[in-house]
Amino acid sequence: MNVTILQFPGTNCEFDTKYAFERLGQDVTILWHEEELVPANTDLVVIPGGFSYGDYLRSGAIARFSPVMKAVRAYADNGGYVLGICNGFQILLESHLLPGAMKRNENLHFISQYHYLKVENSENRFLSECKAGEILNIPIAHAEGNYFIEEDGLKRLYDNGQVLLTYCDKDGNPQNPNGSIDNIAGICNKEKNVFGLMPHPERAMETILGSIDGVRMLEGFIS
Amino acid sequence: MKAIVNIYLKKGVLDPQGKAVHHALGALGFDNVSDVRVGKQIVLDIDAPSMREAETEVEKMCETLLANTVIEDYSIEIVQ
Repeated sequence: MNVTILQFPGTNCEFDTKYAFERLGQDVTILWHEEELVPANTDLVVIPGGFSYGDYLRSGAIARFSPVMKAVRAYADNGGYVLGICNGFQILLESHLLPGAMKRNENLHFISQYHYLKVENSENRFLSECKAGEILNIPIAHAEGNYFIEEDGLKRLYDNGQVLLTYCDKDGNPQNPNGSIDNIAGICNKEKNVFGLMPHPERAMETILGSIDGVRMLEGFIS
Repeated sequence: MKAIVNIYLKKGVLDPQGKAVHHALGALGFDNVSDVRVGKQIVLDIDAPSMREAETEVEKMCETLLANTVIEDYSIEIVQ
């Protein structure tokens, strides 16, 4: 599989993400944000974490207008798979490729820690290697992960099986680190080809670093 | 002329910063405050043939980039 990872000024997770997919045996290209085309052989576009454009104005608000995002939109509209991690998720929200918006964490802190997640829905490519109800342990690292969507939008997410991951404790009971509505940590679009999550699966690839639960998540795209 | 854009979280969208400031004010004894909203102000120097056209232009900027209308409201004031 060919994975294309976007790189904006201020992106800082592109090499971790590259390492993660290479560890899974995939070919990876890092693509600078000024490029106007996604490589034709791309099987998955990943928008990695970081602080694109210093998070100025709002996280992802300026990156959204980079030339490459026009190509990513066309790629997604054509059914291509897109995964946004952390700042990548924020960029997808600002681009309206995913519904809703991010606010500052409820406690206003930058939160950097492992957090348990519950798989809410695995009937999609991304979480196809996981089971609904499964608990995963994946690091989060963000100041703006307080997901918000208005009531009707939230209902649509549930009706279409678009709520993918929620924050929980190790037994699967709801536990909310950032104020996110309904403890939501990750969603997808209605067509189930665009995915966004705040946690960092690419940082959970090595037992020695605390967790390999990220492997099962990213493997979904490969199998 | 200048355009002054004020951006706030929409009514009904919980404002974590406003809540923290409200709490701090209460702790300092300012207990007559019933609500605090923290927003941002963007001031633009803009060339336009009229104040009305400046406002139309800035409104476009707000809808495109300056505000995220999923969660934010904005107001525009044009001054000579």
